[in-house]
Amino acid sequence: MFYREAGEFKTSYAADQAIFPIAQDRIALVVLVLAAYVGVPLIANGYWLDAILIPFLVYSLAALGLNILTGYAGQVSLGTGGFMAVGAFSAYKLAIGFPHLNVVLVIVIAGLIAAAVGIVFGVPSLRIKGFYLAVATLAAQFFLVWLFNRVPWFTNYSSSGVISAPLRAVFGRVYITGAEASSVDKYLFALTTVSLLALAAKNMVRCATGRAWMAIRDMDIAAEIIGIRPLATKLTAFAVSSFYVGVAGALWAFVYTGTVEPLAFDVERSFQILFMIIIGGLGSILGSFLGAAFVVLVPVLLSNAPGFLGLSIRVATVTNLQSIIFGALIVFFLVVEPNGLARLWQVGKEKLRLWPFPY
Amino acid sequence: MSAEPGERGSDGVLLEVSNLRLAFGGIQALFDVSFDIRRGEIRAIIGPNGAGKTSMLNCINGFYKPQQGTITYKGRAVHQMRSHDAAKNGIARTFQNIALFRSMTALDNIMTGRLLKMRANLLWDALYLGPARREELAHRAFAERIIDFLEIQAVRKIPVGRLPYGLQKRVELGRALAAEPELLLLDEPMGGMNVEEKQDMSRFILDVNQEFGTTIALIEHDMGVVMDISDRVVVLDYGRKIADGTPDQVRTDPAVVEAYLGVDHGPAPAEEKPCISSTPS
Ligand SMILES: Nc1ncnc2c1ncn2[C@@H]1O[C@H](COP(=O)(O)OP(=O)(O)O)[C@@H](O)[C@H]1O
Ligand SMILES: [Mg+2]
Repeated sequence: MFYREAGEFKTSYAADQAIFPIAQDRIALVVLVLAAYVGVPLIANGYWLDAILIPFLVYSLAALGLNILTGYAGQVSLGTGGFMAVGAFSAYKLAIGFPHLNVVLVIVIAGLIAAAVGIVFGVPSLRIKGFYLAVATLAAQFFLVWLFNRVPWFTNYSSSGVISAPLRAVFGRVYITGAEASSVDKYLFALTTVSLLALAAKNMVRCATGRAWMAIRDMDIAAEIIGIRPLATKLTAFAVSSFYVGVAGALWAFVYTGTVEPLAFDVERSFQILFMIIIGGLGSILGSFLGAAFVVLVPVLLSNAPGFLGLSIRVATVTNLQSIIFGALIVFFLVVEPNGLARLWQVGKEKLRLWPFPY
Repeated sequence: MSAEPGERGSDGVLLEVSNLRLAFGGIQALFDVSFDIRRGEIRAIIGPNGAGKTSMLNCINGFYKPQQGTITYKGRAVHQMRSHDAAKNGIARTFQNIALFRSMTALDNIMTGRLLKMRANLLWDALYLGPARREELAHRAFAERIIDFLEIQAVRKIPVGRLPYGLQKRVELGRALAAEPELLLLDEPMGGMNVEEKQDMSRFILDVNQEFGTTIALIEHDMGVVMDISDRVVVLDYGRKIADGTPDQVRTDPAVVEAYLGVDHGPAPAEEKPCISSTPS
């Protein structure tokens, strides 16, 4: 408590309002960025990049998007998969239809299309809340996947219903999609996209925009009485969230898997991403990353751990084990620590500040 | 803080309520109530539990829609306005059962009170550059003035849900003040407080009124406080106005004495006795 009670040592509000007010945090961040940009490309092999780090980044972005809507603005959504599909299929149609459009623009526009769709499906949130809103977004989820499955135009009349990302470069010969794209380039592109969007999200949630979202989440009636417009605020959250989720969908199709069918974005994907933010921490940027890391890494650990220990467990057993562990963790976090891993991290840091004193 | 200062109770009428009628099904919450609030005064609204005091404030800031009657604010009929329009027109309020944003810090709660004054949009916020940054810092400075005024510096970074009740009431007052209201509606700001906390709160209310010229409508059960700080008092009972006047006129009014004796609420002029109200509705 010493740290808190001692109050403001900052000499200006600008310093106190800085994105990472504590020096150690800033140093840690610089180290992390260096490690991600320099260390990882030097060390990591193709398996780590393609099967772990790139999906981790894409999942993090989707989780971040959902966290903006559910964690910050308090609007439950089970339509994440559907909005990812909007991003993925928009990017595909744009890339095919406008071959000379830079892939960065393709992805941004795909995100904007997802945002527009998000706004449409966000309108009911003015009237309905909680469980009923979740059901409404679930309807969006089913409708969108059905649409991409049923209307062949979206897959350019591919007979299998599967789309394959065309070869595209950010500039020069730096390909980030298609067969010739190298894993390192794809990774660096995903890393940059996710870092920039995470920075933007962090900025939004510490400004007026984020305060309006959180006010609506905590008590919408009081928010309206102090002058916040509920519909506009909720729709902004739907738009921003869907933009993030849409970009994540586009990255999924273009950078992560390369080929994709609508079923990759079915309701299970929505639940998976919801679990990430529950485990990682609702209303926390860091939590979105922690949750994604957890959900991506635990299966890897579980399938490798028995081998390390010299045990042989059947694959089916491992899969079951995963479900059991996730189920238990979700119950644990919902009941015991609704703020997730991010909160545990916070508590750890507070303990560290007081160390070696217990209080 | 407020735009137009004015001498206590001497300027014109800021808000006028006439023949207001509000019913919930068969319950007449307000029946033909008329009164006015003058610029710069502290206007107390008192009455037993269920008298319709909270409903009155809810009508004034557009949260309830009265079935009949008019509310005129700054010379304009406003009884059909929405809550956020009321906020835009300079009406801020606190609630009987604290309505703070519980997981946000005291500072962030107070900053939400300034949202209406902020212009920057989503994109600037995302970049935290230019107008967004300038605005954040300017409004932060204003919020800090309120924090100093209410003496809550030590708790500014604590989520309000973890603060004790008395401090939460203070933060809620801070959030209302952050909007620089012309008319401040306070619904039992001292409900559930001990004597010392009540004294602090009374001092803040008087300071707001005197230093910033903010007009205040105050619902309060503690008659000692009401007599001390209000300029005029309106008394409601079962949705009807039964008295209206200066504290001295009202305390001796036979109808008021009867209303208060009739309901188990202690005699009206209970000067020093801390009379802690239960929190109804
Ligand atoms: N939203 C509502 N729905 C139904 N009845 C209400 C509502 N609000 C107030 N009332 C009723 O109106 C009457 C006056 O309530 P209220 O204004 O809260 O009284 P006070 O604040 O003076 O204690 C009470 O009988 C109460 O039950
Ligand atoms: Mg009341």
